[in-house]
Amino acid sequence: MTTPLCDLTGAELSAQLATGETSAAQILASSHARIAAVDDDVRALLTPTPQLASERAEELDVYLSTGAPQSPAAGIPVALKDVLTTNGIRTTCGSLILESYVPPYDATAWTRLSGAGAVLVGKTNCDEFAMGSSNENSAYGPVHNPWDLERVPGGSSGGSAAAVAAGEAVWALGTDTGGSVRQPASLCGVVGLKPTYGRISRYGLIAFASSLDTVGTFTRSVRDAGSMLQVLAGHDVRDATSLDVPVPDYGAHLDDGVAGLRIGVVSEAFGEGVEQAVAASVRAAIERLAGLGAEVGEVHLPHAAYALSAYYLIAPSEASSNLARYDGVRYGLRAEGEHADSIAMMFATRGQGFGPEVKRRIMLGTYALSAGYYDAYYGQAQKVRTLVIADYEAAFERFDVLVSPTSPTTAFRIGEKADDPMAMYLNDIFTIPANLAGVPAISVPCGLDDGGLPIGLQLTAPALDESTLLRAAHALETELALHLRPPLLDGLGT
Amino acid sequence: MPVEIDVEHVAKLARLQLRDDEKAQLTAQLGQILEHAARVGEVAADDVAPTASPIPRANVYRDDVVEPSLPVDEALRNAPERAGDRFRVPRIAETGS
Repeated sequence: MTTPLCDLTGAELSAQLATGETSAAQILASSHARIAAVDDDVRALLTPTPQLASERAEELDVYLSTGAPQSPAAGIPVALKDVLTTNGIRTTCGSLILESYVPPYDATAWTRLSGAGAVLVGKTNCDEFAMGSSNENSAYGPVHNPWDLERVPGGSSGGSAAAVAAGEAVWALGTDTGGSVRQPASLCGVVGLKPTYGRISRYGLIAFASSLDTVGTFTRSVRDAGSMLQVLAGHDVRDATSLDVPVPDYGAHLDDGVAGLRIGVVSEAFGEGVEQAVAASVRAAIERLAGLGAEVGEVHLPHAAYALSAYYLIAPSEASSNLARYDGVRYGLRAEGEHADSIAMMFATRGQGFGPEVKRRIMLGTYALSAGYYDAYYGQAQKVRTLVIADYEAAFERFDVLVSPTSPTTAFRIGEKADDPMAMYLNDIFTIPANLAGVPAISVPCGLDDGGLPIGLQLTAPALDESTLLRAAHALETELALHLRPPLLDGLGT
Repeated sequence: MPVEIDVEHVAKLARLQLRDDEKAQLTAQLGQILEHAARVGEVAADDVAPTASPIPRANVYRDDVVEPSLPVDEALRNAPERAGDRFRVPRIAETGS
């Protein structure tokens, strides 16, 4: 049986489009067939957009038939995490408070992908306001991991990760504030890239924690991650934190290999709490990199142990401020009934509209910023952030990239950690430091555990050095040649 | 030691209406999370400058050029309640008798 189009990579589809072997309409039809076959079980999509997608693919085929220049994104079925605004298409953030919110503008990340010819198949489920590591915090129910439907896909961008793993989309956008692209990529066996903070515009990314939020990509190959980044990266006047620096050609050094590359193994990331299979698989992958000529050594990030604590003060503090905008006045839910005054209406609206995790974080942040506690909590966390950044600076004097597991475990069962917030937060222990420092990191599949669940390896590079990050990740991917495909897809055609 | 926090007071600051069962649960959970978060206090950082953003930036100005704004109907399209060209809200001030 030939591989269904929706299971190919973007690069493979692009090549077929260029020769006329296939069309955007045929690629989309393959995606639509896959969505019909699996999404009742996976539940990755909150709002599918089949009509818009079909019109778009037809337009694109007409355009391509003229022999016009073809972007690597042209005709690629893409899914967007439902925290990125889409003009005229409902954007819920996985929250009841935005259940019927229809944005009047597109997020810049989507404007760029769309402008390059990508075809939107739908908006993906996620933890409410991107707060979570299992996708169980969505007001619209959990996403199921395509590798085992009783397990979580990770989070918060769980729908995007699952959609790409299951072939419902070829590419997807997610957002990564503390690991929300890399951890679900790891648990779903796909490639998840979190670029440098500011590399991709946050305009239209509905804010959770503004100093940490980063748009990221889900693909089934490292090459595709580079292609997506090429389209997405660059300055945007609408985001004052977007970086006004040149965008390199991310494909130029992809095939340069890792001979002579200095790779630092983060010692702290193989200790207590890390599943044996995860540690072993990542260690074995590192051996393979050494076999390819990389210079491998040990590195310490002494303040990483405090990064999780700092994150759970900084992120909720920023969230408590950002989420003040949901007040029942300009958009979103307003609680039904007579309200004594506007303040009473706001209390009722926020009480009804937000789910438990969002309430927890608003409370945490409000407390950490409140009079008498600010210095000890938020202020001290910001100082720890400085030290986490200094750790990376010291590490990158000796190494070109750092390596660790992405997540301490493979996918856990739905419900397993749902009642224990602290256990849930520990999922992000290896991903959070890169957000605090703003440096780029990527999760690449490196194997399966005994239960057949994917394991992810995380590489981290200095700020704006995505080229080296992608180069190392591509070398590893090529060397391992895993070609992961969830058993759920066995026998599915078109 | 779990941190004890006055959930009612914090909820008031956050303008969050909470049910009694939520208050009880949050008291326990936040206490536990803050116990972990308070570990930042173990780090000797008196001489360390705080970091607010990973990318140090000076203030950023856009060009002072007038651009089209969102049309009023578009801006009001998501309003829970509107009155003419305005957002309608429950009363915000005491009314005189």
